[in-house]
Amino acid sequence: MTNANAKKNSDFWERNRKSGGYLLKKTALNYAVSIARFILLFGMCFLILQPIFNKISVSFMTLSDLNNPTVVSIPENPTTENYQLAVKLMNLSKSVVNSFVISLTIALVQITVTTLVGYGFARFEFPFKKFWFACVLLVILIPPQTISTSLFLHFRFFDILGLHKLITGDTINLRGSALPYYLMSMGCMGLKNGLYIYMIRQFFRNIPKELEEAAYVDGCGTLMTFVRIMLPDAKPILTSCFLFAFVWQWTDGYYSKLFLGNIELMSVKLSRLVDTIGVELMRETGIKTTVPLAYSNAILATGTLLFILPLIILYLFAQRGFVESLSSSGIKM
Amino acid sequence: MKKQKNNLAGLQKRKAISGYLFISPFIIGFLVFMIKPLGQSLYMSFCNVLINVNEPNPIQMVWSGLDQYKYALGVDPNYNRRLVEEFTRMLTNSLAIMVFSFFVALILNQEFKGRAFVRAVFFLPVILSSGVILGLEANNSLMDQLQVNIQEAASGISITATLESVLRTAGVGVRAFEEVFKLIDGIYDVAIASGIQIIIFLSGLQTISSSMYEAADIEGCTAWESLWKITFPMISSLFLVNWIYTIIDFCMRSDNAVIDQIQTEMVTKISYGSASAMSWIYFAIVMLYVAITSLIISKGVYYYD
Repeated sequence: MTNANAKKNSDFWERNRKSGGYLLKKTALNYAVSIARFILLFGMCFLILQPIFNKISVSFMTLSDLNNPTVVSIPENPTTENYQLAVKLMNLSKSVVNSFVISLTIALVQITVTTLVGYGFARFEFPFKKFWFACVLLVILIPPQTISTSLFLHFRFFDILGLHKLITGDTINLRGSALPYYLMSMGCMGLKNGLYIYMIRQFFRNIPKELEEAAYVDGCGTLMTFVRIMLPDAKPILTSCFLFAFVWQWTDGYYSKLFLGNIELMSVKLSRLVDTIGVELMRETGIKTTVPLAYSNAILATGTLLFILPLIILYLFAQRGFVESLSSSGIKM
Repeated sequence: MKKQKNNLAGLQKRKAISGYLFISPFIIGFLVFMIKPLGQSLYMSFCNVLINVNEPNPIQMVWSGLDQYKYALGVDPNYNRRLVEEFTRMLTNSLAIMVFSFFVALILNQEFKGRAFVRAVFFLPVILSSGVILGLEANNSLMDQLQVNIQEAASGISITATLESVLRTAGVGVRAFEEVFKLIDGIYDVAIASGIQIIIFLSGLQTISSSMYEAADIEGCTAWESLWKITFPMISSLFLVNWIYTIIDFCMRSDNAVIDQIQTEMVTKISYGSASAMSWIYFAIVMLYVAITSLIISKGVYYYD
């Protein structure tokens, strides 16, 4: 082994001598770059991870640890009680499944529709294109809060051009069911859907025209060109859009409260966690007690950790979409 | 000759039709879900909205012309100031976010050990800056306390503070430095806010064919040159996306002072009229800014066609 190493070493110097010192310079530069990169990345990762580390350490603390000023990050009596309580309060097994199903279906619907629309905007010329694109920008710019009241009334007394009222004499109350949200997603009006359209459009605009024309010349129809030629190329951007859609749906509290109030979701559970602690404690002891602030925050930290864990796992799986995309890409210029 | 021309028109027509078919979901969605609430909100901004739950028609709107706009800009003591403050904050922060995210994406696109882990870490901000978590973080006093503790423990060894004082006493371009100091102190905010931009840049960098770099390398192009001649043009379209996203994310997030004021106006004061007027003024300004800057940026964007 040492022999082989020594041989390799002497090889290196031999080659270095032959290249006139270039190899040594190059290797040294490579190492310097790696070290600089390591330091930079380490710092930035620490910057991002530090609050998470704090949460992890707090989530294992008992109440006495929380109140003890000498305990900073490592708990004296580590416990998993916080986790048990958070799991119980958030009704975890049920809400995870609910959240997962809703986020997955919504994200799939949104990405399918926005891909179609983005492709339409990128690759076709048609009258009023600029006008419709301005509408997309408008959708991106308007925050959902401004139109929430009218949207609420809209779905409370839902009707399509007054047709339903004409037939049955009453409007449909769509509030409290998930249906309006799916409808909105199909119409590209879900959470940040304008942004997905914009991103996907920018991506498709950057694919060379020759690829498309070649497909047309070979007798491929519009839809076939889209599915067979364009979609495989778009894998990375679609992966990232899907991830965004999933994550934003998962963490969204606004639309969830507005439309999905009856379904137990992680995000709603998490935002109500602090309030439920008091109720739970009161039910257990029978006495109305005020929950110590530190304790409720520790439970909240635990809940947040449980909340983001599935998303990180999802990302680790979806990450392959980024890396594999290169090998499957059809563009060679 | 004539037949050929006809054919061309037919193809264009067919493409126009399929274009409309592709974007039809958006058109339908926009007409069904957006027009009415949008119009209502605009109409409200010109009205005095009275809410009386006991009456059969709980929401009454009385036309009041430009009164709400005059109130927002002239009477309300905070609105103008907050508008200016947030806008100037946006100018520096959005630039910092763009530079930071592009830089990080370039690094993350390289090959090195533990890349999967680092990429996962940089995905965390996407989660942490969204939805309910942002609201929870804002009023989490325990974490604040912990942070103060740690800062106190580490106060003697702050490199940035020392550097700051050195540069201050040197007295070079103090005004410009102040902005930089502010950004460095708020680097966590920048890092947290740039999660999405990093991923967008990364997905763009992934699609650049490596054979381009190889060809450039063989022709004697240095890494610095290929950054300017290949990387920049190839992902310039994503610069535009990221720029617009950065501005909008900054302006619309719930911890923005203007948005916050609009919220309180709407929820606690229940004056929908002035809330609508304030939000429409705000959007008009943001929209104008987005339009002007994206026009400038789109001049430099390279498309294949």
